[in-house]
Amino acid sequence: MQWDFLLVQSLSGLASASSLFVIASGLTIVFGVTRIVNFAHGSFYMLGAYIAVTVVPWLLEIDRSPWLFFVGVLVSALAVGALGVLMEMLLLRRIYRVPELFQLLATFGVVLIVQDLVLLVWGPVDIPGPRAPGLRHGVVILDQRFPAYELFLIAVGPAVLGLLWLLMHRTRFGVLIRAATQDREMVGALGVNQAMLFTGTLFLGAALAGLGGALQIPRVSANSQMDLSIITEAFVVTVIGGMGSVPGAFIAALLIGQLQAFGVLIFPKITLVLVFLLMAVVLVIKPWGLLGKPEAAAGRVVLPEGILDPRPLDRAGKMLAALGLAAVLALPLLDAYAVKVGTEVLILALAAFSLNFLVGNGGIVSFGHAAYFGLGAYGAGLLVVKAGLPMEPALLAAPIAGGAFAALFGFFVVRLSGIYLAMLTLAFAQIAYAVVFQWVEVTGGDNGLVGVWPSRWAASREVYHYLVAAVTVAAIILLRRVIHAPFGATLRAARDSAQRADAIGVDVRTHRWLGFTLAGAAAGLAGGLYAFSKGSIDPTLLGIPMSVDFLSMLLLGGIQSVLGPVAGTAAFHAAKDFFMPLTDHWRLFLGLSIIAMVLVFPRGLAGAWDTLRRRRA
Amino acid sequence: MSRFALSRRALGAAALLPLARPAFAQNAPIRIGELNSYSRMAAFAVPYRNAMQQAQDAVNAAGGVMGGRRIEFVFRDDGSTPGDAVRVAEELLTRENVAFLAGTFLSNVGLAVADFANQRKRLFLATEPLTDALTMAQGNRYTWRLRPSTFMQTRMLVEAIRGRNVRRWAIVAPNYEYGQSAAANFKRLLPAAIPGAEIVAEQFPALGRVDAGATVGALGQARPDGIFNVLFGADLTAFVREGNTRGLFERRTVVSLLTGEPEYMIPLGEETPEGWIVTGYPWEQVTGMPTHQAFVDGYRARFNDTPRKGSLLGYVTVQVIANLLNKANTLDNEALVDALRDLRTDTVVGPVTMRGIDQQGTMGTWVGETTLRGRQGAMRNIRYADGADYMFSEEEVRAARRT
Repeated sequence: MQWDFLLVQSLSGLASASSLFVIASGLTIVFGVTRIVNFAHGSFYMLGAYIAVTVVPWLLEIDRSPWLFFVGVLVSALAVGALGVLMEMLLLRRIYRVPELFQLLATFGVVLIVQDLVLLVWGPVDIPGPRAPGLRHGVVILDQRFPAYELFLIAVGPAVLGLLWLLMHRTRFGVLIRAATQDREMVGALGVNQAMLFTGTLFLGAALAGLGGALQIPRVSANSQMDLSIITEAFVVTVIGGMGSVPGAFIAALLIGQLQAFGVLIFPKITLVLVFLLMAVVLVIKPWGLLGKPEAAAGRVVLPEGILDPRPLDRAGKMLAALGLAAVLALPLLDAYAVKVGTEVLILALAAFSLNFLVGNGGIVSFGHAAYFGLGAYGAGLLVVKAGLPMEPALLAAPIAGGAFAALFGFFVVRLSGIYLAMLTLAFAQIAYAVVFQWVEVTGGDNGLVGVWPSRWAASREVYHYLVAAVTVAAIILLRRVIHAPFGATLRAARDSAQRADAIGVDVRTHRWLGFTLAGAAAGLAGGLYAFSKGSIDPTLLGIPMSVDFLSMLLLGGIQSVLGPVAGTAAFHAAKDFFMPLTDHWRLFLGLSIIAMVLVFPRGLAGAWDTLRRRRA
Repeated sequence: MSRFALSRRALGAAALLPLARPAFAQNAPIRIGELNSYSRMAAFAVPYRNAMQQAQDAVNAAGGVMGGRRIEFVFRDDGSTPGDAVRVAEELLTRENVAFLAGTFLSNVGLAVADFANQRKRLFLATEPLTDALTMAQGNRYTWRLRPSTFMQTRMLVEAIRGRNVRRWAIVAPNYEYGQSAAANFKRLLPAAIPGAEIVAEQFPALGRVDAGATVGALGQARPDGIFNVLFGADLTAFVREGNTRGLFERRTVVSLLTGEPEYMIPLGEETPEGWIVTGYPWEQVTGMPTHQAFVDGYRARFNDTPRKGSLLGYVTVQVIANLLNKANTLDNEALVDALRDLRTDTVVGPVTMRGIDQQGTMGTWVGETTLRGRQGAMRNIRYADGADYMFSEEEVRAARRT
């Protein structure tokens, strides 16, 4: 391989890295100050591109000068920054006091809304942006032609880094941002106006995302799928660099840019997973990313989020549970479709419940719980399709598959904590997704495998519904029993203070690992049941959207409550099923209902139920 | 158990009585369930639905089917995942009382719905999924497909370059089933068309997130004489821009799947490259199809938009369905499947036969070269490639569908 080619290829990598850094820097600043995992950051990026393809051509009509092009790009970035302010003031400001995970759910609602609004405003057709005047041509570098615009992009990254450094070190706003990143409570205690600080941070973060999007328009067309394609990569960059660290994000972006530029030469098919492999390796070696620091507040006793005191159900709670169970059993009295939806709710409820076993009870926030759900489905499905086994033994294999992989991945996961732990679960889930996606001979690739139907005796919708009801209710009761048992209490102790638990002789890591494995097994069982209810398995079962759905369900239900996730699942699935047939823009309504629920029931449905009970008592 | 089932059925029937539609009354419309990715693939699916409504109205205005019954499509979003799609299909069959199913966009969704249809013994007319598996290895009695598959379209393109002196080939395809199987088909068909041809580079960027600079660099480095492209949508725009600036396409033969379809050509705009050999739908140049112009005029007048490939597909789908219902003259799904076997329909693209052996339609597509007209892409030197000439051989079908 010639040197000139390698040089040009690394320049390509630098250009991608530069773009990625601009976007990721905004995400990392917002996280550092507000501790919000802002899913909507990708939406800001997309809005930046859409606004730019609208504004820039209009400006270029006036005069085709390079300056007007960049004016247009900056205007787009500022406009997106203003939208960020809007989101902070209308939404986030109202929910700073609720558990941090709820803010994540709210930003996910924003993602859904923006996706449909973009379609409504700009239409479904991709919109190509104009090329930058004066930078249309290719520059010959060592006999290879290289786009001039990308040379410019290479310079943008360091320029933004320099400007951010000046902002952080030479202005009061920047000093406050750094202070809040290190210790938010202390900044508040010193009398800093947090509302202003947060609004300003959201403006900066959103504007950087918008700038990243607007700068892309000479390279890619504005399209309605660019939000989700960028957000995972931006997360990976911020995590590898260390959450809250801007220089860390810069180094991580450089690493990833080069990795992709040269990765495609050696393993052209592995681009799906390369960045996640890198993230997993970095997190296993450096648990806080390259330049991240352990959280200052990590050793401090804070009010824990999640299940505090799992009392036995009171009379009203018992009645509610009995009512729910009766409804499940009575569903076949309604029409056949209600049975189908009911079956799905039960299955997803088990998955959400197992996730809350980790999140609410163990403080282990998993962003990749769908991996164990999906691997359970594949464990069962492969036995049926490839080995010709009937449903019964295959269903036994589902929790084993889910649990085995949870044990494997969990061994590394439980060494971390907080957001880094969450991102490592995401990385492992994506690696599992990529393997299932690529290993066409065994898994059928992205087409998946079909023919995973129940045995003859369970083939009818009603019988399968009762089978699912029996299995899921038994599993949920068992898991609930574990939460009430000393093992569950030990997990809560480890969640609230790992040091104290350690001091009284609890082997924190082993307990968390066992808890992770158990939850994975339960999710795997749910996955197996799901496969037989659909008749097919495919990689979307392991995907990020599925994991996000599970999180939404349990957050809607309330993570403080043991049985809340079951109610949350029913509400979420019913809302989706209600809006989907009504309109093409069901994502808009789903997003709006998620936000409404977060605002109205900031502690989930179970929290609302609790408040209601207490008010009456 | 049986007693319970009986009482349940009685109760269910009683509960639903007020809601029940007179589905079997002589003049009630025939309902057909249509599920597609209207939300996530709106650029394709909305023009598709528009044309279906246009065709549905045309059929009903001409007196309906089966001696005077109207047809009525029930459109649903399939959520773009197999899990959602199977639930929606179930809803269409149980709540909406549709006679059978049609539609889907993504291949994994299509395959899942196909298997569901097989399980429930209902007809499923897949329209957009391109995967060969749908009618080959995973084909089943109830699943039929109308539009040309990945194999057929690749074969049309390979025929178009037969005998050219272009020996070193590079492939770039999105990394999922459609891209992989198009690449595999190309590799399989190429040696017969150009003896001595070899593949010197392959790039499989992830769908929707092509790193265009790195990919174009890697392809150029292999110094190919020809490039076979399977990228589409946003990936294609990024790839073409980068390739244009870096001169990747200069003095090279480029063969590209689907690029001539308006869905993918319109976003290319003035970046449309010159002289790529593509499959597509040059709706303004179609000749020799008497009813096609009326379809185009009707579509433009009603929706104030130009037709897309999806529109054409939607219109032909309804024409085939109407003909099927007339011929079968029943809604019994077994009879419908039997009637569909080798059914010949005169459509706006000429006669289309649903070949019985692999349950694949002979609808074709256009092959031509890309060119720039004003600031918009267009096709030139077009010809309609009839699908019947490019299908899998009968031996291959028998071998694949035996299991």
